Amino acid sequence: MKKEKKPKLAVWKFSSCDGCQLTLLDCEDELLAVADRVEIANFPEMSRRVVRGPYDLSLVEGSITTPYDAERIHQVRRASKFLVTIGACATAGGIQALRNFKDVKEFISFVYANPSYIETLNKSTPIADHVLVDFELRGCPISKQQLVEVLSAFLNGRKPSTPTYSVCLECKRRGTVCGLVTHGPPCMGPVTQAGCNALCPSYHRGCYGCFGPKETPNTSSLASYWRTAGMKNDELLRLYRNFNAYAEAFRKESEAHEK
Amino acid sequence: MKNRTVKVDYLARVEGEGGILVKVKDKTITDVQFNIFEPPRFFEAFLRGRHFTEAPDITARICGICPIAYQMSSIHAMENAFGVTVEGQLRALRRLIYCGEWIKSHALHVYMLHAPDFLGYQDVIQMARDHGDAVKKGLQLKKIGNDIVTLLGGREIHPINVRVGGFYKVPPKQELNALGDRLKWGLEAALGTVRLTAGFPFPEFERDYEFVALRHDNEYPFNEGRLVSNKGLDIAVNEYDNYFTEEHVEHSNALHCVLRDRGAYFVGPLARYNVNFNRLTPTAQEAARASGIAPPCRNPFKSIIVRSVEMVYACEEALRIINEYEVPERAVVDMRPRSGIGYGCTEAPRGILYHRYRVNDKGLITDAKIVPPTSQNQKTMELDLRQFIPDRLDLSQEKLTWQCEQAIRNYDPCISCATHFLRLEIEKQ
Repeated sequence: MKKEKKPKLAVWKFSSCDGCQLTLLDCEDELLAVADRVEIANFPEMSRRVVRGPYDLSLVEGSITTPYDAERIHQVRRASKFLVTIGACATAGGIQALRNFKDVKEFISFVYANPSYIETLNKSTPIADHVLVDFELRGCPISKQQLVEVLSAFLNGRKPSTPTYSVCLECKRRGTVCGLVTHGPPCMGPVTQAGCNALCPSYHRGCYGCFGPKETPNTSSLASYWRTAGMKNDELLRLYRNFNAYAEAFRKESEAHEK
Repeated sequence: MKNRTVKVDYLARVEGEGGILVKVKDKTITDVQFNIFEPPRFFEAFLRGRHFTEAPDITARICGICPIAYQMSSIHAMENAFGVTVEGQLRALRRLIYCGEWIKSHALHVYMLHAPDFLGYQDVIQMARDHGDAVKKGLQLKKIGNDIVTLLGGREIHPINVRVGGFYKVPPKQELNALGDRLKWGLEAALGTVRLTAGFPFPEFERDYEFVALRHDNEYPFNEGRLVSNKGLDIAVNEYDNYFTEEHVEHSNALHCVLRDRGAYFVGPLARYNVNFNRLTPTAQEAARASGIAPPCRNPFKSIIVRSVEMVYACEEALRIINEYEVPERAVVDMRPRSGIGYGCTEAPRGILYHRYRVNDKGLITDAKIVPPTSQNQKTMELDLRQFIPDRLDLSQEKLTWQCEQAIRNYDPCISCATHFLRLEIEKQ
């Protein structure tokens, strides 16, 4: 019997915390089944074995922050049939994009004793700023269910089904009382994309925007609501300038509150 | 004259991006570098100006493998700055979530990252073909750790429920009870892991390390204690900066954490174990003795057994906390930010993680210092290779390279953690 050729999966890391690729290893119940259906051809965090490309599916974690990585991402793109970015670093530049609003030279000399050793770009940018991306999976970190959905969609030749509506819909669905209307803590839910199953509101805290802007978010309306509730400019700025600070909608809103 | 170079461009089965470079001339090692090319992320720099309440969520993003460690070190540092102590059940819940992180991180390393080296497989998937039951058991053990973190933290990676002063929400007793039976299974599985790993082949290798770990009056350490070593160090956490520093070393442009005037030191499970053996539960002590690693254990390759022993401890400790749990009246203690400096040091799965913050009277961070365990072990890792390689120069290139990788993986290095701190030089080729 002819052995069926499995599609090749590659996982690539750029500037990140490793959490999103760890999500794959955290699929304790699914990992061996996944490994049955795909050949894990390049995944350094898991294996020292490297199979040469091209790869049928590449998962890319992390943002571009060095000249070397800005080159490397093109090699990854060339070696990949489908390229899916995973997580806030890859889709929006991540928390390290806070440098984009500041002087990176000052950052380097604050953290490192020998600034000349450090080669870094002024900005931390998402993968899609550099190469064509076939699909973006949001989150800081990504959701395990959504990752399995992307893999399953890929194996079955269909488009992944992940929502682009707001966290509010998930809150309503699980029956969590709305913190905004009951004067709870500041919540980014109305402008943030769903995917976490409205986790923070269910723990009595406001959403802090892990999944980035939802489709067509009204960020300024939410900001004026908070301002009426007594929130100051610097607090508004910090709310929008977070793990998805460089996502366009959040970036523009935070800049509107800069002194 | 024989020149030889061992080079690993991209070290696998570790968290983050690093490589090894070893140069040998006439059977003498001329250079050893554990290279870090993971890009810097500047956490200490952009923490300035952020509110103290954001520190646990922001610093968690330094590492997706051990976010609890970052959350715990940052909240303890902030509470230290504000003169607040969190006690009773809230303190116990913090230990419980740390148990979860140790179990998930250790199970990941023991079964998925390190065991394949001892058994001669490239990765856990290959290993599963011959050792399916063991791998499945390891995955289930890992899942129990993840489930503890998820129950208390909301999710396994970058949990959302930990805050300065306590938690946002505390669980009802029946939710914790539901973990009981699985933890009892986990305890048996962890004991089985000790027996399994004790049977691995270990290279003859020992060094006279200085082991540094937290030591608490009557507990195996997670969040509190003094910094103690097997060579006489015994200091409070807020004295850290007086005793630990970074320096240039010969043959390398990298800076390393060292103990002033004493040099390299060792942090992590093996250090904790050697410093705190008598704080382990009787079951964990007995399992350790039976596996032939009664302290002092100075073979870093045996860290894999020690991680397994710590999983035994973490399962037992989690069971104890769950049994004694009563829902606290409040999820968070009262506090008022005040200007000052706060120090925090907790035992991440990979060793001590030090945080220091200066906060102003508005509660904004004005200065931050974070020292992760992998930075502290970096010099020790290189010194290990210097001693390890000369006796093994007869090995083939492939074998020697693999054994060097294995020696580095003894430390479960987390390069993602280390990078925002390590001085790195990008090698251009």
